[in-house]
Amino acid sequence: MPDAVAKTTVTCTVNGKQRTLRVYPMARLLDVLREEWQLTGTKEGCGEGECGACSVLIDGELVNSCLVPVLQVEGAEITTIEGVADGDRLHAVQEAFISSGGAQCGICTPGMILAAVNLLERVPDPGEAEIRTGLAGNLCRCTGYTKIFAAVVRACQRTQAKA
Amino acid sequence: MERFAYANPSTLKEAVGLLSSRWGETAILAGGTDLLSLMKNYVAAPKRLVSIKNIAELRGINSDTDGIRIGALTTLQELLDDESIRRDFPALAHAAEGVASMQLRNMGTVGGDLCQRPRCWYFRSGFGLLAQDEQGRSLVTEGDNRYHAILGNRGPAYFVHPSSLAPALIALDARVSIFGPKGENSMLLKDFFQTPQSANERETVLQTDEIVTRITIPSFLRGWPNATYEIRPKEALDWPLATASVLLQLEGDAVAHAHVVLGHVAPIPWNAESASQWLVGQRINEQTAAKAGMEAVRDARPLSGNGYKVKLASVAVKRALLAAVQGGA
Repeated sequence: MPDAVAKTTVTCTVNGKQRTLRVYPMARLLDVLREEWQLTGTKEGCGEGECGACSVLIDGELVNSCLVPVLQVEGAEITTIEGVADGDRLHAVQEAFISSGGAQCGICTPGMILAAVNLLERVPDPGEAEIRTGLAGNLCRCTGYTKIFAAVVRACQRTQAKA
Repeated sequence: MERFAYANPSTLKEAVGLLSSRWGETAILAGGTDLLSLMKNYVAAPKRLVSIKNIAELRGINSDTDGIRIGALTTLQELLDDESIRRDFPALAHAAEGVASMQLRNMGTVGGDLCQRPRCWYFRSGFGLLAQDEQGRSLVTEGDNRYHAILGNRGPAYFVHPSSLAPALIALDARVSIFGPKGENSMLLKDFFQTPQSANERETVLQTDEIVTRITIPSFLRGWPNATYEIRPKEALDWPLATASVLLQLEGDAVAHAHVVLGHVAPIPWNAESASQWLVGQRINEQTAAKAGMEAVRDARPLSGNGYKVKLASVAVKRALLAAVQGGA
């Protein structure tokens, strides 16, 4: 067997900005985002892929960043909660979470918003069942989900009103 | 996690060359959704990880006259999104749909679903696959076995096989292709799984230096009614308690051939042969579907805390059969 692991260079795009880092290949994307790049919007919940608090988008696909070794994002485009707003202008989903009371303690919120943004990209006008399925990978211990689902409905009404 | 080396080969041959012939020294990394948890909990501590993500030939779903070939690196979400799979093999699409969450389906692969390790809490806590104490007594039979096997549980193995896809794929007579030091071979997927008889055996026949490359479903099954029914405590993010996948060939209204496979009830995906045989010549309705369900669990021998699973498995068979004749689920 070979000796202990060497650091490797990983280059990827995070929220539109190219980043390069010397890092151990199996460092979790979650830790790299939070500790190397100070993008602490992404939260750690269970660390086992069950709660969705650490959800990010990799090349447009929703994944749990606690289960992604950083070397697997070489060349990828990553979107975290910090990349959802357009400068100071919040995304429709973010605004709807605020106005509908979809956030309480806030730990699930970044992952929940990314799951909702991803859902609306795939299904612009989701029914209740689709909203529930789309957010099924994200656990919330405060809201009881009702206000989160209401926020998603409000966000897609807003998006459609604009379109 | 222990430290380990990492290799990122781009061919199967190279990958196999990097795998040790001894268990535990190396591990294959695809989606990583199971392996990373095993490593963090020190249940697995490989000295080298071999990523197979860059092996292009393991990707994609394609069909020809012989079969529908599903590459081992196909993610569960890709499988679920494939139009022809949804249309022709609802049993498989429904099984994929039931897996955890979109976050995990976007990472988890078909090969990984088949090769993931059991969820038995004694195994996950480091007591080994057979979960025995130092005197060789089973921790399962004496302990909390509410999620353990009700069939194929004469010992020493009491875990249930965790694969969601395997019961559906076995019902669909799928073959699995495997690449190893001697090249590629294939076998019926049902023969891929085994009940370990000793601590040296695993839950599949896959050797430590072999890689699952693809699954093939026979083309002629297109149009045969098939369905999967899963019973789980809640709809999302949970493991099924019992599942049933069924495939039927109908002549008129009558069953000419049936294949009933149960999931999460035994250390292997469980071929309910007597139910499959009993169905031949029957017309599927509430009564016959229920009778087939009872037939499927006739040999069940629940442990101290999992008797409830017998009824669940029986109901899963009934509902899968009804779903199959009503156009899939």
